Amino acid sequence: MRTTWVIGKREFAAYFGSPLAYVVTSIFLFLLGLFFFFGVFHQDVGWPFYVRKVASLDNLFNGSQLLFLFLVPAITMRLFAEERRSGTLELLTTLPVRDIEVVLGKYLAAFVYLLVVLALTAPFPVYVSTLGKLDWGAVAAGYLGLSLVGLGYLAIGVFASSLTQHQVVAFVVALVVALPFFFLHKVSFLFGPGVGNVLDFLAFRPHFDGIARGVLDSGDIVYFLGVSAIFVFLAHRLVGSRRWR
Amino acid sequence: MAGTETMVTARDVTKFYGLHRAVDRISFDLHPGEVLGFLGPNGAGKTTTMKMLTCFLAPSAGSIKVKGLDVSEEPLRVRQMMGYLPENAPLYPDMTVMGFLRFCAEVRGITGRERDMRVSRSAEQCGIADRMRDPIGILSKGLRQRVGLAQAILPDPEILILDEPTSGLDPNQIVEIRGIVRELGRTKTVILSTHILSEVELTCGRAIIVNQGKVVADASLDELRSRLRGERRRYLFAVGPGAGGAPPAEAYVRDRLKSLSWVEDVAPVDRGPGEPPTWAILAGTTNDLRPELFRLATDQKWSILELHRDLATLEQVFLRLTQEDLEPLPGN
Repeated sequence: MRTTWVIGKREFAAYFGSPLAYVVTSIFLFLLGLFFFFGVFHQDVGWPFYVRKVASLDNLFNGSQLLFLFLVPAITMRLFAEERRSGTLELLTTLPVRDIEVVLGKYLAAFVYLLVVLALTAPFPVYVSTLGKLDWGAVAAGYLGLSLVGLGYLAIGVFASSLTQHQVVAFVVALVVALPFFFLHKVSFLFGPGVGNVLDFLAFRPHFDGIARGVLDSGDIVYFLGVSAIFVFLAHRLVGSRRWR
Repeated sequence: MAGTETMVTARDVTKFYGLHRAVDRISFDLHPGEVLGFLGPNGAGKTTTMKMLTCFLAPSAGSIKVKGLDVSEEPLRVRQMMGYLPENAPLYPDMTVMGFLRFCAEVRGITGRERDMRVSRSAEQCGIADRMRDPIGILSKGLRQRVGLAQAILPDPEILILDEPTSGLDPNQIVEIRGIVRELGRTKTVILSTHILSEVELTCGRAIIVNQGKVVADASLDELRSRLRGERRRYLFAVGPGAGGAPPAEAYVRDRLKSLSWVEDVAPVDRGPGEPPTWAILAGTTNDLRPELFRLATDQKWSILELHRDLATLEQVFLRLTQEDLEPLPGN
């Protein structure tokens, strides 16, 4: 546990040592701003703020989930790929640490970094609250949902990064694996009620909506934690597999 | 070493990469306080063996025990006892030397004042105390190697494993790193791999020579050197004209040399422009031929410009052991 913390701390600090994190975060915040004020005329991202004239952060939460598809792989792609490429993985894993501590440390660092990015979106709710009566409970629920969505995508990203020594490959794999979780609920109607329900269940969005509505159904939370656990487990196995190759 | 427990016991360790057998039934024992040189040409399986010792790779077959603990079963406890410098000293370029060493200490559970004390002590030992605030990325290869070394000795491990600690360094840096390793060898058990023979001669008490994944020799340096005595059969010989005479004809010199008893082969050696014709002589005996050669020269009234019996070097044994198709001591 302590080792996980030490590794996580180093990894978190490493984000601020590279320009990539700043660039990616800036682009995320910029695009989020566009989505927030102007929307895109699309059911998932919503109508422009000035058209809806509702004191809500729906646009922010919708836009974030779309942008997470790109933001999260950019955050996680470096984690293992870079260490494999430069050989530091050998240094790190021959210290007296367990593989799972390495995986969890990196995962934790990426999650805290994502929370920092989310914290940087604070001006949006503050701004909205000056225009009308903002339901802070809904805001809190939305951010909780976003964090859980992020947790899921991050686990996928960590898994993708543990596959390869090329960051670009890690990015693409993370994006491709994350994509079904992003849109499956939209195509579920094509498959009839049986399969459709399964697809609805697999997608992140319905679970996010449940949480964002303020219904703190433990099922939704367990779902996100479960998806995360599966991908973290896979990443752990992949990091360990080097021994046998 | 009798009575002391073995530090490392490797038995029939084998590693396959796919179908390629990188390490082929390597066995050896290492006793406390020994400095062992793992010597072999590139691709002989040195690095793979190091990686298995540190539990980075698992052996395909065989077992490695460190102080009685199997590396596959107790990797954490084994690593606790080890300091490891991987090949090329991979480090985090964006961290400062201080930050990196502190990180390595903390991962090992060394914190607080103890951490700071060990960091500064190992940095001092490796001569990087004045570079603590520099990012590792801007350091030279030699300094990075020292940071890697500092990281390895930081926990005061019982066993140090150094994979090619001097590769890619300039001559001055090599001398410095060797000095550090020699210093460490006084108090610790050290395994270092290298393809440089003089490194083993200068730093190690014992050498294991590996070739194509197999151990071809495992002996103390003294033993290896004494084996070499039997190999000292090559001489270099150059003569010039005697007082006032003309330079001797090359064909004549060669014939005279060949007519000596015990001389098996005579071949010219190209020493470059301005050098007299020089001959490499291969003797069929291990007895010293130099008196004979001297007498030949005085009888012929030649002046000896060079008469040299090849020194016993590890190099010859190494070449012998690692190149099966080597001709018997070629005359260049």
